[in-house]
Amino acid sequence: MIRLNGRIKTVVLFGIAIIFLIVVTMVGAFFSEAAMVTDFSRKDLAPGARYLFGTDWLGRDMFIRTLTGLSMSIRIGILAAGVSSVLALLLGTLAATMGKAVDAAITWVIDLVMGIPHILLLILISYAFGKGFKGVVIGVALTHWTSLARVIRGEVLQLKEALYIQTAKKLGVSNAQIAWKHMFPHLYPQFLVGLILMFPHAILHEASITFLGFGLPPEQPAIGVILSESMKYLAMGRWWLALFPGLFLVLTVILFDVAGESLRKLLDPGSVHK
Amino acid sequence: MKEKKTVLNIRDFSVSFEQYERGFHKTVLPVIRNLDVTVHEGEMVAVVGSSGSGKSLLAHGILGILPYNATMGGEIWYDGELLTPKRQKMLRGNEIVLVPQSIAFLDPLMKIGSQIRKGKKDKASKARLDKIFEGYHLKEEVQGLYPFELSGGMNRRVLVSTALMGNPKLVIADEPTPGLHMDMVRRVMSHFRELADKGAGVLLITHDLEQALEVADRVVVFYAGTTVEDAAASDFQAQETLRHPYSKALWRALPQNGFQFIKGTQPYVKELPDGCPFGPRCEYCTAECQKEIAYREVQGGRVRCVHA
Amino acid sequence: MVLEAKEISFRYGKESRQILNDFSLQIESHERVGIVAPSGFGKTTFCKILAGYEMPDQGEVLLDGKPLDTYRGYCPVQMIWQHPEQVVNPRLRMREVLKEGDEIGEDIIEGLGIEEDWKKRFPAEISGGEMQRFCIARALGKRTKFLLADEISTMLDLITQSQLWSFLIEEVERREIGLLAVSHSMPLLERVCTRICYLEKS
Repeated sequence: MIRLNGRIKTVVLFGIAIIFLIVVTMVGAFFSEAAMVTDFSRKDLAPGARYLFGTDWLGRDMFIRTLTGLSMSIRIGILAAGVSSVLALLLGTLAATMGKAVDAAITWVIDLVMGIPHILLLILISYAFGKGFKGVVIGVALTHWTSLARVIRGEVLQLKEALYIQTAKKLGVSNAQIAWKHMFPHLYPQFLVGLILMFPHAILHEASITFLGFGLPPEQPAIGVILSESMKYLAMGRWWLALFPGLFLVLTVILFDVAGESLRKLLDPGSVHK
Repeated sequence: MKEKKTVLNIRDFSVSFEQYERGFHKTVLPVIRNLDVTVHEGEMVAVVGSSGSGKSLLAHGILGILPYNATMGGEIWYDGELLTPKRQKMLRGNEIVLVPQSIAFLDPLMKIGSQIRKGKKDKASKARLDKIFEGYHLKEEVQGLYPFELSGGMNRRVLVSTALMGNPKLVIADEPTPGLHMDMVRRVMSHFRELADKGAGVLLITHDLEQALEVADRVVVFYAGTTVEDAAASDFQAQETLRHPYSKALWRALPQNGFQFIKGTQPYVKELPDGCPFGPRCEYCTAECQKEIAYREVQGGRVRCVHA
Repeated sequence: MVLEAKEISFRYGKESRQILNDFSLQIESHERVGIVAPSGFGKTTFCKILAGYEMPDQGEVLLDGKPLDTYRGYCPVQMIWQHPEQVVNPRLRMREVLKEGDEIGEDIIEGLGIEEDWKKRFPAEISGGEMQRFCIARALGKRTKFLLADEISTMLDLITQSQLWSFLIEEVERREIGLLAVSHSMPLLERVCTRICYLEKS
């Protein structure tokens, strides 16, 4: 067998995680119609060769429903985490560059958001925006930006004091050039990794508020909806209704985490020695 | 004159690193290729090389604290026996001590006194510390302070005191005076001189030749991963008593000796020439210089040059 | 041109020690002034004030009679630091570092012995001596009128030291750039400077 060095291993891991996630998202989106199809001739089937994850009480194929649900979750996750990280970048940079008053205000908001239990705040926001897709995305986006904003604020503050940036100023380099040439290369790895590590949180939180009934509407085949509905049937011995969607949700979350961690390793300049 | 006992004898020491280049390529960087040093009892030996030439790795190698991606070669003999990782662990901090570059190496949350005593609270070590501090004009209160509360002058003395607690036979000082003013350098150096005069072997690792010449008995000249010359400090009084063309070039570059320079720079680790690393800059360079060159004795010192 | 420091006082923060007290110095374009002072005098701080990195609590820095901070954009007073690795962005290739300077000519790059191959590298891939050459080149832009050299060769070997200084002396003489050199080494300053200031602690 070929011996792989550490860096190649990390890249392979990253690749596998990303490819799996993309495939799930695409396939799920493609079958979103099929996930709704009911067929009473095949209801309540246990997992088998024909229906990998079995079927439910309406005869819907659970494998397709799981994929569609995950695809939905991932898309919500990406959208919410994307909005959230842009918010983090903006607020973090503003806090570090716009003077004491702005910094104090933003830091206060960060502390406030971090101080309230996530799930509670999420439910409130999602409910206020009328639940559904919009409510969930806004809710997740508004609650997940804080720690990344804090990291970016710290990084920018430190960069501002760096002698090489002060020297660049004395050499007449413009502020835009300093931001682009000197600050951006330091920030983007942090930003990218922060963004990817935000996905699993976003996905889990989406699933949990949907499960609790404050998120996506019940007609959507979301993982939260599937899990919530299958609770009633667990006692009747239909274990497959909850097991497979649950496992796949965990797998997705873990893979996002793996992708983020391996990316962090690759972008860290210290890793050249490993 | 009685032959002094050899404390440390390093032969053919080398250190290389594994490193990723851009992409997935892994390369080996031979940072130190041929390093030979001996230190006798009561002697102060300075290893002089330009900063960034990897000479600190020598200190780390002796103490067995090289980073994990480094590979070490050659032999280190301490007190007549080969220095194994097991012995390193046992001896470091007791018989072999490192004087670090700055107070950044001290634990900021531990009071000076207990830090230097390594947490020991028995009477003997307390009395010992009191005596050491007295010798350095450090008041007893200093023991109760935290590292950040020390003034610049004090922390130098505290760092040297750390070396004294264990009755060291070998003291390694790695660049102990970076950016200090000359008066301060002299003071710190005199502390090391005292340690040597009391019988310990002192290995000073520095980039500053002038400073080394002031205090050391012998100077080992380190160039691009190789020790090129081992000379008595007094040999540096005139160009003629020096053996290697690089040492001579150093001598001529001293501001008081003409401030002359030769062209070129020390080669990068990845582009070391075969044979003598100084070859490409040397006016005496011949075909022979591109082969392996022996480290041989010449006029009471040692040199790695075929023309000396 | 004249660079003047007028009755400068400075300390970092309210609680800390007074570093500079009513300190004045004048440098003219054709001069190379050396400063010798005991440790703790605040030589680096003084250089930073002269180059506009710090504002003095009292007093002012004048370039040709005008306060230094009225010069916008490129600062005619450039500083070279003791530790070049602190003033170079670790994520920029050396070529980019050179580009930050003000139209650095080939003659400067050649005079400092900067090799083409080094420009492709990142700061972590070259030695301190090589990096200092880049920093000196970068500070010698077209509009530089005064140069402050704060222990620039302390961390380098003797041969590099004499290479760099020999080039610098010739360059500043030719272009009539005023030079301020701070060093702990008297023999070096005697070689380099036209005038040496001995300072006592205030």
